[in-house]
Amino acid sequence: MSDDELLDRFQFEAFRYFLDNANPATGLIADTNRPGSPCSIAVVGFALSCYPVGVERRWITRPEATALTLTALRYFRNTVETHHGFFYHFLDMQTGGRVWQSELSLIDSALLLAGVFAAQAYFEDEPEICEIADALYRRMDWQWACHGGPTVAQGWKPECGFLHYGWEGYSEASLLYVLAMASPTFPLRDENYAAWTSTYQWENLYGYDFLYAGPLFIHQFAHVWIDFRGLRDDFMREKGSDYFENSRRATYVQREYAIRNPREFKGYAENFWGLTACDGPGTHTHSIETGGRRMYGYAARGVPFGPDDGTISPAAAFGSLPFAPEIALPAIRCKCEDFRVPGGLNPTFDWVSEGCFGLDQGLIVLMIENYRSGLLWNLMRKSPWLAVGLQRAGFTGGWLV
Amino acid sequence: MITEALHPGTWTNPKPADRYDLLVLGGGYAGILTAQEAVRTGARVALVERNLLGGVCLNAGCISSKAMIRTSRLYAEMRDAARYGARRPADIQVDFAAVMERVGRVHARASRRRSAHELAAAGIDVFFGDAHFAGPDSVELSGETLRFKKALIAAGARPLIPAIPGLAEAGYLTNETVFELTEAPRSLVVIGGGPLGCELGQAFCRLGSQVSIVQDEPLFLGQEERDAAQILSESLSRDGIGIHLNTETIRVRVEDGRKLIDLRSDDYESTVEADRILVAAGRAPNVQGLNLEAAGVEYNAVAGIRVNDYLRTSNRRIYAAGDVCLEHKFAHIEGASAHIVVQNALFCGHERLSALTIPWCTYTDPEIAHVGLYVKEARERGIPVKTITVPMHEVDRAIVDGEEEGFVKIHVKEGTDRILGATVVARHAGEMISDISLAISAGIGVMELAEVSHPYPTQANALKLAAVNFSRTHQPRWRDWCARKWLDRD
Repeated sequence: MSDDELLDRFQFEAFRYFLDNANPATGLIADTNRPGSPCSIAVVGFALSCYPVGVERRWITRPEATALTLTALRYFRNTVETHHGFFYHFLDMQTGGRVWQSELSLIDSALLLAGVFAAQAYFEDEPEICEIADALYRRMDWQWACHGGPTVAQGWKPECGFLHYGWEGYSEASLLYVLAMASPTFPLRDENYAAWTSTYQWENLYGYDFLYAGPLFIHQFAHVWIDFRGLRDDFMREKGSDYFENSRRATYVQREYAIRNPREFKGYAENFWGLTACDGPGTHTHSIETGGRRMYGYAARGVPFGPDDGTISPAAAFGSLPFAPEIALPAIRCKCEDFRVPGGLNPTFDWVSEGCFGLDQGLIVLMIENYRSGLLWNLMRKSPWLAVGLQRAGFTGGWLV
Repeated sequence: MITEALHPGTWTNPKPADRYDLLVLGGGYAGILTAQEAVRTGARVALVERNLLGGVCLNAGCISSKAMIRTSRLYAEMRDAARYGARRPADIQVDFAAVMERVGRVHARASRRRSAHELAAAGIDVFFGDAHFAGPDSVELSGETLRFKKALIAAGARPLIPAIPGLAEAGYLTNETVFELTEAPRSLVVIGGGPLGCELGQAFCRLGSQVSIVQDEPLFLGQEERDAAQILSESLSRDGIGIHLNTETIRVRVEDGRKLIDLRSDDYESTVEADRILVAAGRAPNVQGLNLEAAGVEYNAVAGIRVNDYLRTSNRRIYAAGDVCLEHKFAHIEGASAHIVVQNALFCGHERLSALTIPWCTYTDPEIAHVGLYVKEARERGIPVKTITVPMHEVDRAIVDGEEEGFVKIHVKEGTDRILGATVVARHAGEMISDISLAISAGIGVMELAEVSHPYPTQANALKLAAVNFSRTHQPRWRDWCARKWLDRD
C-alpha cells in the first residue's frame, strides 16, 4: 500500500468518528466512543475543522457539512451554558448541560473557537456561520480569564471560582494566546503573552536544542490550525528557530527516548514512540519485571521524566506527520494492524484501549490533511483574526510576510 | 546528656565585660559560627542563648531528620531488594525505637562541637537566659546589662502554625517535637509540602506510617523546577504516600479519639484520618520578646528583621543573620552569613549577601538540589537562557546503582558559557551540586567544566556529560571548518 493510500484509509476511518459519535440534533460530539460518553467542547472544535476535510475528500457533501456546522454553531450560541463567553469542558450529549461538575475550560474553549474559525473560513459564503462565529468570539472575555494575573487561568468553576493549578511552561496554550490577543472585544495585552513565554525553557536534550515540553500533544495541537513554518515570536527569534522546527525536534526527542527506553518497557523502539495525553491501563500498581510501577488511566505522559507507564498513543505519530514525515510514517506503518486508531497501547501489559478518543481522531484527520494538502493551514490564513493575533503576539516571518 | 552539653543545668553566667566588641543574641548555627569566628580574631564576644545551643539545625532539624532519613532509606532498599538482584528479607519489621535511639546518638555526637563548655573554653562569654534590648547599644539579661560595640541578632525562627480551626485542640507535632516520638504513628498527616514536610513525610512512610501530605500549592517545593517537583511527587506516590496537592486544610476535628482532617481542593472536599498531625507549613522569625523597638531595629512579624545586603539592620551597630532575617532558612546560609557579619561588623568590611553562591538541597529520595538562578528568574531579568539537560538514565553509574530517576539541568547564558544556575535531581544531588557551586563562585564556564575529569563511573559524571553536550553545541563554526579541512587534506 502506498503512503497516500495508507494515509487515506487512516484519515477516512478517523473522520468517521465524527459522524458516528455526533448528536445530529445538536451537533455535539462525544469525547470518546464509549457508551455514555459526554461531549467534549474541544472535540467539537476538531469536528468543525474536519468537516471541510470531509468535503474536500468527498466523504460528505458540502450541504451536509454546512448543516452539521450550522447545527453545532446554533446550539452553542443559543443553548449551551456560557460564562463570560466560555464553555464548560464536558456537556451532556442530549441536553447540552454541564456534566461531571467540569470546569469552565479556557483551553478547550480556545480549541472549540479554532474549529469555529476554520468553519468560518471554509464556509465564507454562508452568512449565518460567519455571523455566529463572530458572535461567539466577541463574547469571550479573555481579560476576565486572567483573573487579575499576568497569564490566563486554566479554568473556573461556579463552586470555587478560578482553579489554582499552575499553568506554566510551553503548552498548547499558544493557540489560546494567539486567538485571545486578536479579540475585538476583550483582548489580552502584550504583557500577557510576554509573561506566559517567560516561563519557557529552551533545553538541550539528547543532542537536540528545543523549547521543552514533555507530552507530544503540546507540540502538535496549535499546529493543527496554525502554519508556524518560518513564524517567529521574540522567543524564537532569540533562539534562531521556529515552532514548526521545534515540533520536529520534539518528535525526534520522543523517538530518542523510545530507543533508549530507560524504564525498559516492551515495544519501545525507533518506530514505536509517542508519549502524550492518552488513555492507559489504569491506576493500579502492577508488579512487572522491572519493579513496581504506577499505572495511569487517561493522563498526559511525557519524555524524558514521565509519567511513563509503558503506554504510547498511536495517534501521536500522525500528529507529527507534517513536522517529521520521515520518522512518523514508519511509526504509523508499524503501530496499527487495522485502521482504527485506539486511545492507547501498552505492550508491557498487552493492553489496548477499548475506546477511541475524539481528540486523537481529529488530530489524525487534520494533521494528515495538513501533511497532504495544507488545507487547514491555508484556511486559517484566511481567518480575519489569526494574523492579527499572531502579529500582536510579536510573530513575524513565514506566511505573515 | 545532650541537654547537659547544650545548656548545662549547673551553668553560671559569667560576669559581663564592660563592653563587648560583639554580642550575639541566639546560640544557633549562625550565632555560634559568628561568635567562634569573631573570637578567633581577638574580639571580646558574648553569646546569649535562651534555650539550647545549636539551634534548629542541631536540635530540631537537619541532624535529626537526616539521621532518620538514612535509616528510612535502608528500609526502603530492603523492601526493594529484588530490584538490585538481592533477596528481599522475609520479615521486615521496623524497630522505630531503635531508629530514634540512633537519631539521639547522632544528635549527641554532633552536639559535642557546640557545647557550652567548649565555646567558653574558646574564649566566648556564654550566657543563658531571656535577653532583650535595653537601648541601642545594650541588652538586659536577668537584671544585668550587657553593653556592646556591635551586636548580631541570630534569634532564629520557630514553626509557623497556620490558623486552622481545631488544630490546636487536636494537637500537632512540629519539627521541634517530632523527634521526641518513641513510637511511629500508625498514620500521619503532614500539613505542608515544602522541604521539611516532604523529607519527614517520606521518612515516616518508609518507617511504616501511613502518610498523607497536604500541600496548598499545585506542586511540592513551590519554588523548585516543575520537573523536579513532578519527579518528587511521583516518587512519594510510589512510596505509598497520599498526595493532596492544591489542597487546603480547612479544619481538624477529633471524634472518638480519632483526628479527622478536612481538606478542600477547589470544589472537592474530603477527609483523612490520622493518629498524628505534623505541621510543616514554614517558619516564622523569632522577633518577639527582644524589645527591638528599644534598639531601633525595624522588623516585620512575617519577614523578620529588615537587613540590607550587608546584613546590617536599621541600627548601624546591629546586624542580623540566619532565619530571623533571611528568606532562605538553611544552616549553610547561616554559616555564610556569619562570615559576612564578622567582616562587616568588626572590620568595616563591605561583604554582600547577594555576592554569595548559595546552593540548597531537599533530602528526599531522590534529592533535589539547586544553585543560582532558575530559568524564570533569569528570563525575568532579561537574560536569555539555554538549559543543558542530562537525564540520570544517561549516566552509567546511575544505571549501575539503579538510581536513574532524575536529571542534571545546567542553565547557561545564551551565547556564552557562563553558568547561571543548575538543578540536580538524583539520589545524591546534594553532593553533586557542589561542583556547580564551585564553578559559579570561581567563574568557571561550562566549556572549562567539560575539560574537568571525573572518575568513571560516578553519578557526578552527569555534570561532565552536560558540559560536554554543551561544548558540542557551542563549538565555534570556524573550529568545525578547520577540523574538516585538516581531515580532508591529502
